[in-house]
Amino acid sequence: MLATALISGLGLGSIYGLIALGFTLTFAVSGTVNFAQGSSVMLGAVVCHALAIGVHWPMLLAVPAALLACAIWGLVVERIAVRPFVARGTNSWLMATVALGIVLDNVVMVLFGKEPRALPSPLADDPWVIGKIGIFPLQVLIPVVGLGLAALVHLGMRRTGLGLKLRAAVENRDAASLMSINVTLLIALTYAAAALLAGIGGILVAPLYNVAYDMGTLFGIKAFAVAILGGLTNPWGVVVAGLAYGLVEACATTWLGSSSTQIVTFTTVIAVLALAPSGLFGSRTKVRV
Amino acid sequence: MPTNFTRRQALAIPAGIALGSLAGRAAMAADPVKVGLVAALSGQSAKSGEGITRGLTIAIDEINARGGVLGGRMLELVRRDDESNPAKGQTAARELIDKEGAVILFGGIDSPVSQAIVPVVNGAHVPFMGVWAAATNITRNGANPNYVFRVSAVDVLVDRALIKHAMSTFSAKTPGLMLVNNGWGESNLAGLTAAAQAAGLKLAGAEKFDDKDVDMTPQLQRLRDAGADTVILVGNAAPGAQVVKSLQRSAWTVPVVSHWGISGGRFPELAGSWAGKVHFVQTYSFFGTQNDVGKRVLAALMAKYPDIKGPGDVTPPVGVANAYDAMQLTALALAKAGSTDGDKLREGFLGVENYQGLIKNYTKPFTDENHDALNENDYIMVRYNGDQIEPITG
Repeated sequence: MLATALISGLGLGSIYGLIALGFTLTFAVSGTVNFAQGSSVMLGAVVCHALAIGVHWPMLLAVPAALLACAIWGLVVERIAVRPFVARGTNSWLMATVALGIVLDNVVMVLFGKEPRALPSPLADDPWVIGKIGIFPLQVLIPVVGLGLAALVHLGMRRTGLGLKLRAAVENRDAASLMSINVTLLIALTYAAAALLAGIGGILVAPLYNVAYDMGTLFGIKAFAVAILGGLTNPWGVVVAGLAYGLVEACATTWLGSSSTQIVTFTTVIAVLALAPSGLFGSRTKVRV
Repeated sequence: MPTNFTRRQALAIPAGIALGSLAGRAAMAADPVKVGLVAALSGQSAKSGEGITRGLTIAIDEINARGGVLGGRMLELVRRDDESNPAKGQTAARELIDKEGAVILFGGIDSPVSQAIVPVVNGAHVPFMGVWAAATNITRNGANPNYVFRVSAVDVLVDRALIKHAMSTFSAKTPGLMLVNNGWGESNLAGLTAAAQAAGLKLAGAEKFDDKDVDMTPQLQRLRDAGADTVILVGNAAPGAQVVKSLQRSAWTVPVVSHWGISGGRFPELAGSWAGKVHFVQTYSFFGTQNDVGKRVLAALMAKYPDIKGPGDVTPPVGVANAYDAMQLTALALAKAGSTDGDKLREGFLGVENYQGLIKNYTKPFTDENHDALNENDYIMVRYNGDQIEPITG
């Protein structure tokens, strides 16, 4: 049972971590987050399904096109639901991003339909079997992609010019602007990157689950919990928190039954935050109000 | 405007009013009799709502072609989407009764929705006809008088049939249960536990899952470790497909015997290559030798719906067949009642004697003690072959 719980928990936990990375990126640079992140998960899966199954594009084209759609969606969220409110010094972007996500979910419901659809993958059809344990190749790929992207974000932030500018903007936004760094553009790009990461999560999980207009809601909520647990500003912390969350969820289901899953996981989240209010790997930050 | 009427005008006005009144009464006599449908027309169980709609429509077309009901009034179907949500179903039921004036409501696939509607119809004295949802307490709801009838399976009886099939086909000795975490799952937990006990079987365990669960391997692993030799599944299409995908993921080739909820959506597409392994219950199959009603209904379906080219395209058959027979029984009840009044219509159902239907030849289908027209002798076991539902032979 332990092996099953580990496989199930690590697979799902990687997805949560991947989506939560998006929260980390935008929060680190702008102090704002995209609460429509769950909708980005859905958008990636739905566009990929529409192109690969609907119009029979090869997966190699459908996936980049779906991710491009997610990145554009991220830019739209930042431009419509974040920037105008931040400029006026209000926190209304909180509600605006939630609302925009609901709008997208409903537009997709009208265009894509209300019925869940399948996105078959050869990586989720023939499991590898060791004794009583089976695992789809996709379940191995998901943590690899999750950890790989976390490493990419980490290295990108530390070893590239763009990363340097981002870190400068994180440290002191006004000073970065004085150094001719286009902070507004940087923030927009982080929103695009955050939506793209969520889109990757959606495309990866779709063959294991299904594709539906409302599939992102639960992932978005859990990923936000993971982001808070991980410390919000720490990419590695968020990934580790994602894996931990997935494991707690799977272990709760395995040993206590599915009726206890949400009780155990969210009680754990509250307990951890009570002990470490800034998250497991977060640093205390001063917030100017 | 003249203020003084001539004698001719004075006669013409009341005559006109009288004629107008007569014309109004004639129009009232020709008013359609509205029958409401509250079912999942969207979401994961949308196909169930479409199947029920088709069954009702074919029956209504036949009844109207015969001259309608109650001396020439046409039947008119008014549909509402409950989105598989009990609160939305309850609101839709009230709206159909209060605003549309529906004389009877038909229900959909979701037991929790029907369970929410039961007190509404019993309070409003409007008959309700279940044509899919199988929870035992929908018809056996304790109300007196009870306005709820059903032409569909009943969990307590289906559960006996599922256990019997698991034993006879797969030699099951310790079945494990995978149940959806709602009122329908609860209904079947009680029914399957009792059925297993009656058959002398010991259950390996009972696991629950939610509609949105992504991975059900932990629950399945618990059953596997407890020694389950068969899995009895109770859930709708999308979560049912997740159970099958989780089985495939675990490479656990255990036989699966399922209630019929999986046939209400895109189960074969969602479950993938293992969909055909699942044996499940239905009340009717359009395959094989058909009686005269079966031939007539299949021909009408093929004529009306271009996507139906043969018996395998009537999906889900249970929704179509149950709804068709239920609508024909309703027309007979209306004839017995001679009125659309809810109390009289209820008595009308209890007064129906015989009807040669699609599923069977009904004799006194409803009595004071029994509001379920079908029983365990009316169930068949089937499986998916691609998108088509075929009876299990041999």
